[in-house]
Amino acid sequence: MIEFRNLTKVFQDKKREVKALHNVSLKVKEGSIFGVIGYSGAGKSTLVRMANLLEKPTSGQVLFEGHDLTELSGNQLNEVRQQMGMIFQSFNLLKTGTVYENIALPLKLTGVSKSEIDKRVEKYIQIVGLQDKLKAYPAQLSGGQKQRVAIARALAHEPKVLLCDEATSALDPDTTEAILELLSKINKELGITILLITHEMNVVQKICHEVAVMEQGKVIEQGSVIDVFSKPQTDTAKRFIHSLFNDDIPGDLLKKLKNNGKLVALSFIGESAGDPALAMVTKKYDVFPSILGGNITDLKERPFGRLIVHLDGSESEAQKAINYLKESGVIVETYNKGGINHVN
Amino acid sequence: MLTSITNFINNWGVEIWEAFIDTMIMVGVSLTLSIIIGLPLGVLLTLTGPGKALENKVLYQILNTIINILRSIPFIILLFFILPFTKLVAGTTIGVQGVIVPLVVFTAPYIARLMESSLLEVDRGVIEAYEAMGIKTRHIIWHVLIREARPSIILGLTIATIGLIGATAMAGLVGAGGLGDLAYRYGHLRYQADIMYVTVIILIILVQGVQTIGNRVSARLKKD
Ligand SMILES: Nc1ncnc2c1ncn2[C@@H]1O[C@H](COP(=O)(O)OP(=O)(O)OP(=O)(O)O)[C@@H](O)[C@H]1O
Ligand SMILES: [Mg+2]
Repeated sequence: MIEFRNLTKVFQDKKREVKALHNVSLKVKEGSIFGVIGYSGAGKSTLVRMANLLEKPTSGQVLFEGHDLTELSGNQLNEVRQQMGMIFQSFNLLKTGTVYENIALPLKLTGVSKSEIDKRVEKYIQIVGLQDKLKAYPAQLSGGQKQRVAIARALAHEPKVLLCDEATSALDPDTTEAILELLSKINKELGITILLITHEMNVVQKICHEVAVMEQGKVIEQGSVIDVFSKPQTDTAKRFIHSLFNDDIPGDLLKKLKNNGKLVALSFIGESAGDPALAMVTKKYDVFPSILGGNITDLKERPFGRLIVHLDGSESEAQKAINYLKESGVIVETYNKGGINHVN
Repeated sequence: MLTSITNFINNWGVEIWEAFIDTMIMVGVSLTLSIIIGLPLGVLLTLTGPGKALENKVLYQILNTIINILRSIPFIILLFFILPFTKLVAGTTIGVQGVIVPLVVFTAPYIARLMESSLLEVDRGVIEAYEAMGIKTRHIIWHVLIREARPSIILGLTIATIGLIGATAMAGLVGAGGLGDLAYRYGHLRYQADIMYVTVIILIILVQGVQTIGNRVSARLKKD
């Protein structure tokens, strides 16, 4: 649906050149929710703004349904843009317009008839759940409500794609959750493809099918959310996942435990999340597992669990226990402070 | 007291009324023309500025310089300085017709500047959102940029109008009449203090009125 091919973007600052994107290639499949995650300055905004050419690439191609957008004339580009909705961290509504006007004006300016406008406003305000706010001005709305209006405004063009630039970053956790649910529903029920960027792993975890991790203008890792969560390759990806589980173990305890047995992080995906593999270990081998921390989250439909476990026992028994866990479909990694490494 | 007021009105009523009308015509006509010229100039300044949608260094610098030059000349000097130009455009350099040209040359650049600063206040993000929806630039200028800037534009126009009222007071020098001229001719040159007081009071009420209306309209348009 959207494809970036070898995108490079160089900003010419007063004094120096900033390479915001470096040879980035990505494919967003039709009907999917694709997340791009990275720390501040990684180039995420620059990337998502390439999708509708708000930012022109220095080199490379942007394809939408197979057409290279960089080759279109101004009018053709405007027509394509009408098929791509976009929402922003700062909502970007007209302050001087009511909710109704905010949704209706862009439709009017793109030549939609009055009766059709009213129909669409009604339909999409319903979907975002703000029927009773049509006459309100943005200043009278909460952040979450403003974002709902912005979403309705984008949906009213009946786009094929929705681009989200940190759409939940200005919102509190509960509101974030509600907006993410709304985005998920839009994707599922209206079949709209979503490309979103964020610096919060929980956004990716909750609604994305696929994820790309960006750092210093490059995509350093990408794949299905399950794969990246269960087998992160880069330190950055590991840190993001770590941030989600918040499984830090105090340094003193860590030192003490390292002296005997093994300290491991166990990841369970999907059905095996409920497996009693750990319980079996105590029966089969001469080890005493003690759980130091853990968490189960929902990765878009599938549960994903992580436990930090200390396997107390001899080196060889602990290793046998690890092997058994692996055979049972558990991903086992040695635990180090602030990061994890695969063990063999 | 009452008779003296009646007397005053009998003696000066017509003259003051005519002067008031002259002032209103001068302000009204030159304000309208100044907006017609100044608003697009302000938009152009905003759009061609550094880092803006239609960035154009040459055009921006030319506009910028011309506006600065015109704005640095006091009206009383401008009035005489551009006499040949006035003659060329208006066909005359005297009377209400003759003073409109210098008033516009004086006010339009001022309005352009005020418009520029109002338009620059508009959130870049909203404009971007409309670009992202594939809306044409000219629609964005009118329906987003100017619309969102309206409260601030109205306040700017209020300031410009008051400046214009002040400038028309000097129009008497080219025989254009108006309240300022009346106060100057009778009050100052012929020591008729009461005429001066009355016209000054009318001018004060006029300015207060304009400011109040401007504030009200601006507040009504402002929704945050
Ligand atoms: N218009 C611009 N001019 C110059 N440099 C820019 C411009 N826009 C972005 N950059 C630079 O490009 C790099 C990437 O910026 P970008 O906004 O894409 O990062 P980001 O990942 O979205 O960060 P954040 O999470 O803080 O929004 C940064 O170093 C930034 O300073
Ligand atoms: Mg950003």
